[in-house]
Amino acid sequence: MQAFTLLTGLVAPLNRANVDTDAIIPKQFLKSIKRAGFGPYLFDEWRYLDRGEPDMDCTHRLINKDFVLNKSQYKGAEILLTRENFGCGSSREHAPWALEDFGFRVIIAPSFADIFYNNCFKNGLLPIALAADCVDGLFNELSEGYTLTVDLDAQKIIAANGREIGFDVDENRKYRLLNGLDDIGLSLQHADQIRAYEVERAKRAPWLFV
Amino acid sequence: MSGKTLYDKLWEDHVVYTEDDGSSLIYIDRHLVHEVTSPQAFEGLRLAGRQPWRASRNLAVADHNVPTTGRDKGITDPVARLQVDTLDKNCTEFGITEFTMTDARQGIVHVIGPEQGATLPGMTVVCGDSHTSTHGASGALAFGIGTSEVEHVLATQCLVQKKAKNLLIHLNGQTRAGITAKDIVLAIIGKIGTAGGNGYTIEFAGVAIRALSMEGRMTVCNMAIEAGARAGLIAVDDITIDYYRNRPYSPKDSDWFMAERLWQRLHSDEDAVFDKVIEIDATTIKPQVTWGTSPELVVAVDDVVPDPTAEYDAVKRQSMLRALEYMGLKAGQAITDIAVDKVFIGSCTNSRIEDLRAAAQVAKGRKIANNIKLALVVPGSGLVKKQAESEGLDQIFIDAGFEWREPGCSMCLAMNADRLEEGERCASTSNRNFEGRQGYGGRTHLVSPAMAAAAAIAGHFVDVQQLS
Ligand code: SF4
Repeated sequence: MQAFTLLTGLVAPLNRANVDTDAIIPKQFLKSIKRAGFGPYLFDEWRYLDRGEPDMDCTHRLINKDFVLNKSQYKGAEILLTRENFGCGSSREHAPWALEDFGFRVIIAPSFADIFYNNCFKNGLLPIALAADCVDGLFNELSEGYTLTVDLDAQKIIAANGREIGFDVDENRKYRLLNGLDDIGLSLQHADQIRAYEVERAKRAPWLFV
Repeated sequence: MSGKTLYDKLWEDHVVYTEDDGSSLIYIDRHLVHEVTSPQAFEGLRLAGRQPWRASRNLAVADHNVPTTGRDKGITDPVARLQVDTLDKNCTEFGITEFTMTDARQGIVHVIGPEQGATLPGMTVVCGDSHTSTHGASGALAFGIGTSEVEHVLATQCLVQKKAKNLLIHLNGQTRAGITAKDIVLAIIGKIGTAGGNGYTIEFAGVAIRALSMEGRMTVCNMAIEAGARAGLIAVDDITIDYYRNRPYSPKDSDWFMAERLWQRLHSDEDAVFDKVIEIDATTIKPQVTWGTSPELVVAVDDVVPDPTAEYDAVKRQSMLRALEYMGLKAGQAITDIAVDKVFIGSCTNSRIEDLRAAAQVAKGRKIANNIKLALVVPGSGLVKKQAESEGLDQIFIDAGFEWREPGCSMCLAMNADRLEEGERCASTSNRNFEGRQGYGGRTHLVSPAMAAAAAIAGHFVDVQQLS
């Protein structure tokens, strides 16, 4: 996994609440058996006027000029600013894969759906939950070329004018993300404890281990 | 010291190890696998040279992509076929039991788990699918995970988790006659919103919940995720225990008696303290119909489409306006005036035998309306289908003009050929009414099986009790 430490990036606003994973990456793209290549289909139904299909070449498709990510001033944006309950709906990890593949590294919102929030950390994507009025403030401040610096180690967002906003992140997740660590390897360091647990559990619930 | 909630008990039973920061490695008793969220996880295992920690704790089935007709001809869509074939290959390679597409036990992963006794009270159950919350109906801690976590469970039989908070949703009083589990859960979501359960595990309680069958309880827990919670729970009682007697994977003989004793304690203690309690009056719940593109946008069938201008929260007002536009509806329109084009009875929310019986009771001796282009009944599993056929339900549906299909997710998410065309309106027993969920530009109204059948007969929404 790609580590995340410090990033100064262009901010793109997506002024909608309850953006669900079906909107982030429509289900027809879930038929892929790969992890990469979902970026061109991110927000497919909003970004394009025609219907997207897997493996389609997106360079010739009908672009929805009104959709925010299609506006030239947000090209190359790495930080997505959005509204409450972002990532609700299905558990598909294709949602963070698509966001990451598109180029986003940070998502700022008042709240996130739990599974999506979790999935982000496993893919080098940092979701930051800020108070709703604080997110409102960022939306109001946003102008062309607006960038933010995100410092994960210091747990701070720094605006171009020097204003700083602190954010919360779970210690463990922060450590893994800062170091780009593989969760499985870390958990397997506890293999003996897992085995010991199984022995104990088998005494109480033998039917689980037949 | 105060008592423990059911969630506290389930959590404590499964902690292998706790880090200083409170995140824990918890043991997973049952891992369900399907074709959409697993290929990348198996690929990860292979690349890292890892083997499943305990292959026997996994059970796989293809459900999302499978066709519901002409199964003997295989899958014609090459992309879907590749995904299903990949699952078959992965399961063979890693020694995981799979109910393949032609197995009589094949079906929607959340239907076959309880049906087989593969998901049991007191277990931790995970699957790369958000509606894993369904299995909480049996007093199991069950939640959906992402693909990285699927790989993690395969490799370690564990997951790194932080404990959620405890939310009790207590229903006061008994529901009126004819009110189903689906109406109850939609009414709850209408009240607390789709983010209402974020960060919590919800326990559903009260006499109205106790009165539900296991099937009904599964419907309620299925949609806990639509209320923002990863897991929903219902305490174990005699209904639970009776349900699991003699299921293929249920404990046998002396193990059964041991299990029964162990399961008896799976309820919240009298003096347990919840982080939050929400009381809901069950006596006033009416049949529910969603009108928007989020399950929280729901009203009673005798109500009208709400007026966004009456909503003072600007963000909410905006999403209501967008929903109205997408759904092609007007504020103030009576729900019963909304005509439907297609009807879908199925999905892990409502495709169990009881659901089919409820819908068949409405369809019996009637015919679907002329404006209905397609009315589909898709049983949740091969065994549900067989049971329904032995009761003659298939014939009732067919006589009324419904199509009777092979089991799978089908039009719940339209990954196979069953879908809505642009602008088509559907009365659906599934759980999500998001934009495009049932097909590009399709419009979904979530209802109970009886209400879906009633809409098929009337050609528009109607209170099933008033169907002439
Ligand atoms: S029936 Fe629908 S909600 Fe349930 S698992 Fe299948 S796609 Fe998901």
